[in-house]
Amino acid sequence: MSDAEKQDTPEQAEFRTHCQQWLAENHPGQPSVHIPQGALELSDPAALQWLKTWQQSAYDAGLIGTDYSKETGGRGLTGCQAIANQEMQKAKTPFFPNIIGLGMAAPTVYFHAQEAVKQELLPKLLSGEHIWCQGFSEPGAGSDLANQQTFAEKKGDTWVINGHKVWTSLAHFADWMILLCRTSKDDKYNGLSYFVVPIQSMIGKGVTVNPLIKLTGETGFNEVIFEDLVVEDKYRLDEVGAGWKVAMTTLAHERGAGLLTTPAAGGMVMEKEKGAGIGNAMSLIDLAKQSFRNGKTAADDGAIRDSIMELMIRQEGFRQNQRRIGVKELNDHPMRLPLQFKLVATEMSQDIAQLAYEIEGASSTLYVNDEKAVAGGQWQLAYMNSFGVTIAAGANEVQRNILGERVLNMPKSK
Amino acid sequence: MTQPKNFGFGEDETMLRDSARKFFADNCSADKIHSQVAHNYDIYRDIESIWDKNLWSQICELGWTAACVPEEAGGIGMPVVAAVALAEEAGKAAFPSPLISTFNATFALRACKSDAATKVLGDIATGTSATLAMTNQKGSWEAQDTDVTVTDGKLSGTAWFVQDAKKVERFVVSASTDKGVGLYVVDPSAAGVQIIADGIIDLTRDQAHIVFNNVEAIEVAAPGTGDKALAEALPAILCIISADIVGSGEWLLQTTTDYATVRVQFDHPLGFFQAVKHPLVNVMLAVDQTKSLVYNAACAIDNEPEQAERLARMAKSSASDMAVFSSSRSVQFHGGIGFTWECFIHIFFKRQMHNHVLYGDAKYQRAKLADMLMGKAA
Repeated sequence: MSDAEKQDTPEQAEFRTHCQQWLAENHPGQPSVHIPQGALELSDPAALQWLKTWQQSAYDAGLIGTDYSKETGGRGLTGCQAIANQEMQKAKTPFFPNIIGLGMAAPTVYFHAQEAVKQELLPKLLSGEHIWCQGFSEPGAGSDLANQQTFAEKKGDTWVINGHKVWTSLAHFADWMILLCRTSKDDKYNGLSYFVVPIQSMIGKGVTVNPLIKLTGETGFNEVIFEDLVVEDKYRLDEVGAGWKVAMTTLAHERGAGLLTTPAAGGMVMEKEKGAGIGNAMSLIDLAKQSFRNGKTAADDGAIRDSIMELMIRQEGFRQNQRRIGVKELNDHPMRLPLQFKLVATEMSQDIAQLAYEIEGASSTLYVNDEKAVAGGQWQLAYMNSFGVTIAAGANEVQRNILGERVLNMPKSK
Repeated sequence: MTQPKNFGFGEDETMLRDSARKFFADNCSADKIHSQVAHNYDIYRDIESIWDKNLWSQICELGWTAACVPEEAGGIGMPVVAAVALAEEAGKAAFPSPLISTFNATFALRACKSDAATKVLGDIATGTSATLAMTNQKGSWEAQDTDVTVTDGKLSGTAWFVQDAKKVERFVVSASTDKGVGLYVVDPSAAGVQIIADGIIDLTRDQAHIVFNNVEAIEVAAPGTGDKALAEALPAILCIISADIVGSGEWLLQTTTDYATVRVQFDHPLGFFQAVKHPLVNVMLAVDQTKSLVYNAACAIDNEPEQAERLARMAKSSASDMAVFSSSRSVQFHGGIGFTWECFIHIFFKRQMHNHVLYGDAKYQRAKLADMLMGKAA
């Protein structure tokens, strides 16, 4: 029995057994199409469809939205989503394609939308029938998120939206978007409001989605242009002018510090990339044993050995920090560890991928389009993609400001 | 075996930690420690061991030395995290005492599993202090390396880098025979013992090399078993030192962020500037990573001992790096005042410099880990 299992309540233990049994019989197995490293890299409609089928089946089995109320499409349980996540990851399932919907839109809608809107939107979000994207960043509002220029103007009972969103992952597949925009030019923070808006159904009717190509060569994110998009007032979340407060709910969940546990599956490895263990410092040991640097086995290089151990220690420290969050007596400040999550996780992944790159020596020049590339070139790809997450969700420089100000009580930086 | 979710911090352990926190807040403010140990700035001053024996007696009465002595030896039998919690609070106060050394000796004696060792543990539980004398002149932290030998049951040779040697009432000495290394308990006042104090940087400790000349000793681990006992105790020792580093690191972090909030330059408090703010956040990340690793390793000793050495070496590697980082940033961000003798920072700075190398620095721990996890390099 694992550590987590010992702590289960009877309800949770029963639910865990259900998850284990269902997963044993319903793991979708190796996919018929190529699945990228994460949902944000999805560009092939066939891959999306395969993953949507998986998400729908996991939802139907009750492994998604477990802690949401029954009225909003959940199971009405307590503390069970974390159990489903543990079991799915133990079973090395595919990830869920509706990652922004599950991780950011769902909790925001749950905490801030009208009851009828929750009941309308959440079941299809949780099942993956509807894919969601996030309309926060703009050309002039990146780290300075409150500098929103997209404007929603009230006309009668509806809102008319004009503006330009960028770096919008999954917008090319998205049915819905969570949208932060300006409703007043008088106040930077209190002039913001928050909406959910339809995308797919309104393309050509006020919505344009153009793909942006990432430095890796992959698609996955987009720019979204609004020209007189008309949105019903019921799709406004919380009060007019309360957009910043609502956005904080989204960001808290995005950074792993929210009240609801995000449904998260994953761990499946494509046959061709087996053994790569992207993102795990432990896998650097095997990589070093198989790789040559400067004509010698990388695993015999003292500097490489030291660096691998350093990252394995960071990884263990990160895991133990997550464990310590759950022990109230060992946290003098309740937000000190939760607010570190995004910063530490993303820099660690970046450094692991960078070290993998060093370990590969001359072979690190090879990319995914070369048969000889170690582990299908996935470490190289992971290193380049790692900048997506050190920049997104508030660049890590902003995260350091937040920690310095909210936890260490230092004065606010401009 | 698996670990409890709360790292073994039950009600008793938390209560003990909170009482230690209060004890140090009441008795060991930084200015008090400073006026006590830093009264003489002369760089060539005479070597002295400064500490408050009265406070030590109070601690012994509170039962701290008994915390991790097994019940059958007359102690309380608490898990390793209890000692870790106390060491962390002692580090936060830069407390000059033989507490850390006595804990280390306690875990070595526990690993001996002999009647003679149990008897010494009983003395520790009632307040007898002790330290390990296990390092050779070349500064090896390996359990089998010692410059002390045993002939006809008597010790000869020199033990080096012995912590708190001038304070303690017992030495636990590793010594070699032709049948391997054994462990021996020696009274500092025994005939033939000469304690030669080292001049050290850390003002809150003393250190010495101890010359043994045909000294009577009590055998607590027979030849051939002493190095194994030390190896078994090593994870706990690494956790105790690392916990001291965590406590000192937290003090340095809080003191420096407080200073960055009040000291104004260019019309702003220092913490307004990201060149100061961001590295201090990095210090916090390093402290938290180390703290969680230490609790995890300490918990493993009691619950999954087969993982203990790996996890404790991880903790000490993280701690040693953080010791240097937290103290260097603290001096730097205090600016000119941080570079002076009158500022309290140097007390903790020097304790961290000393701590970082005890029982092996970060690079040493990682080299040992790499050998464990990757096999030896060709």
